[in-house]
Amino acid sequence: MSRLVIESGRSHREYWRDLWRYRELFYVLAWRDITVRYKQTAIGVIWALLQPLLTMIIFTVLFGHVAKMPSDGMPYPLLVLAASLPWQFISASLSSASQSLVGNSNLISKVYFPRLIIPASAVVTATVDLLISFVLMAAMMVWYQDWPTWRIVFLPAFILLAFLAALGPGLLITALNVQYRDFRYIIPFVIQLGFFISPVGYLSSTVPDKWRMLYSINPAVGVIDGFRWALLGGHNTIDPRGFILSLVVTAVLLWVGIAYFRKMERTFADVI
Amino acid sequence: MTDNVIHVENLSKKYILRHQSSGHSRYVALRDVIVQKAASLFQRGPQVDREEFWALRDVSFDVKKGESVGIIGRNGAGKSTLLKILSRITEPSGGRIEIAGRVSSLLEVGTGFHPELTGRENIYLNGAILGMKRAEIKKKFDEIVAFAEVEKFLDTPVKHFSSGMYVRLAFAVAAHLESEILIVDEVLAVGDIQFQKKCFGKMEHITESEGRTVLFVSHNMDLISKLCSKAILLKAGRSVLFDAVDKVTHAYLSEANANSGKFVAANSTRCLRLVEIDKEALKKEKIVLKIGFRFSMKVSNPTFGVVVYTAGGVPVFGSNTMYHPPSSQIVHGSEGEVVVTFNYVPLWSGPYTVSVWLSDGWTAIEHEEAALMFEFVSINTPLNAPAAKYVGPVHLPAQWTVAV
Repeated sequence: MSRLVIESGRSHREYWRDLWRYRELFYVLAWRDITVRYKQTAIGVIWALLQPLLTMIIFTVLFGHVAKMPSDGMPYPLLVLAASLPWQFISASLSSASQSLVGNSNLISKVYFPRLIIPASAVVTATVDLLISFVLMAAMMVWYQDWPTWRIVFLPAFILLAFLAALGPGLLITALNVQYRDFRYIIPFVIQLGFFISPVGYLSSTVPDKWRMLYSINPAVGVIDGFRWALLGGHNTIDPRGFILSLVVTAVLLWVGIAYFRKMERTFADVI
Repeated sequence: MTDNVIHVENLSKKYILRHQSSGHSRYVALRDVIVQKAASLFQRGPQVDREEFWALRDVSFDVKKGESVGIIGRNGAGKSTLLKILSRITEPSGGRIEIAGRVSSLLEVGTGFHPELTGRENIYLNGAILGMKRAEIKKKFDEIVAFAEVEKFLDTPVKHFSSGMYVRLAFAVAAHLESEILIVDEVLAVGDIQFQKKCFGKMEHITESEGRTVLFVSHNMDLISKLCSKAILLKAGRSVLFDAVDKVTHAYLSEANANSGKFVAANSTRCLRLVEIDKEALKKEKIVLKIGFRFSMKVSNPTFGVVVYTAGGVPVFGSNTMYHPPSSQIVHGSEGEVVVTFNYVPLWSGPYTVSVWLSDGWTAIEHEEAALMFEFVSINTPLNAPAAKYVGPVHLPAQWTVAV
């Protein structure tokens, strides 16, 4: 029979085992968020396609035709789409993760489970939208006769990277949001700003070399470059130094996010 | 720890109370924190706006396998905090708990129900939230649906449910938890009378037939004494008594009326000023109640009434100045007292409460529920007599004859 000991500060020790034990709740919460998302909507999952489609059209016109940004010989719509999929994923998961704890306060104050499940399942919900919008990507690639190369096998790794890049800051902000509700105002602002410093409408190689490292501090840069590299053919390259920097920043943010989240987690039920 | 399934040792929980002077926002704004931190740089001595509050202090007890234990106490005595710590929602500040077996806690009916999801979907959602495995829910699904009596509405979003259906479904899921230890907050008082009875029957079944360990919080002493074999009395965060359920409920009821036998109006505008029971008369098995009044408003036809209840809240008898008119009229606008005397009181020994009301002959003007509580001691009650809750509170003279 399982024996449970409750003591001050004890929950630390069995944290990861507990997380595994509660995996079923994680699936159920993710399933709930996904199901609820498109209930009572007229066009349902089409919403997941509409956003990247419109972004693609507008950006192609704006950056490709009006501003005439370089495309390294690739069709501009593909270039934009390959970037807006991860960008939309990161921004959607960041905003839903950061609201997730406060949005589930009734659960937190009435039931025990490792709280990490809540923001994590919020990010999974965004993953489903990402997978749906790959349909659009595939259709566009067929249209432009742009066949993926062997590099596409790395795509799941970049999806994972996007997941982690969103989860780190998401955890940090959702934990802060429990204590200080100010942070709900910060997120839309961060996303808006992040959009301009991420290579969605243009190639990251357009950024002058001397600014390149500074630019790569933004974890979204590594993710977007990775998506383009894995999905599109041509001589799309990843700047290795910048990419490693993005990886490091992602890892640091994830570590800080988890550490802060776990530190605050014990008092969530008392504060929320 | 032998057959103890729950072992609680010196459990304490401290909260820091922040006295917020400005506004009444529920949460802290970052701005305020920054301002405070900055201000405290220039401040000497400890900050005055923080106060420690011990919701629980050195609580220890053991629960054996198959026992059902009631947790009793006034509001703010620490009952909910204790349940929250036991169900791991919040961490203790000190002390230690050992629990052997799977714990399910039911602190609220329908936690996590989502209005947009259907009844079927919510059963799975709520089940998972309460810690059931998917296979387990599947196995019990039909049973849950039958218990909740919502077969027809399984595929309707619960936002279209009536509130009765909603709580029935929610309780049904919770009632089918299969853990060894069940922690239940006051959640039985849901739905209509019939369903309440059903819930109650289910709870009885869980505690008695299935032999599971149950911790149960309620304000309803009748329910506690029916469902539990033992009880803990909490008072201001400390456990003051842990004993057989009847002893503890009794202690609670008499303690709840420590300045007992007397009610004094808290508000000077009340017409019912004072209610007092004559303790000397009580020793002679008579009930004499004195009601002091002062009319603060116009009352056309002042009528007083009293009702005596069992400790569980069942009315036993009563009287009022319309049924039993007093010798002289109660004059409006005056102040004074009325006294009602019951010379013959055929009650078994036990705790009773009294409610007092004032009306204009038609509608109630003031009603003081459980105005006071008294302990009735009847010499007719044999020491080993069954408790009043089993045989009813009234002791009628009876003759038995035997033919062999």
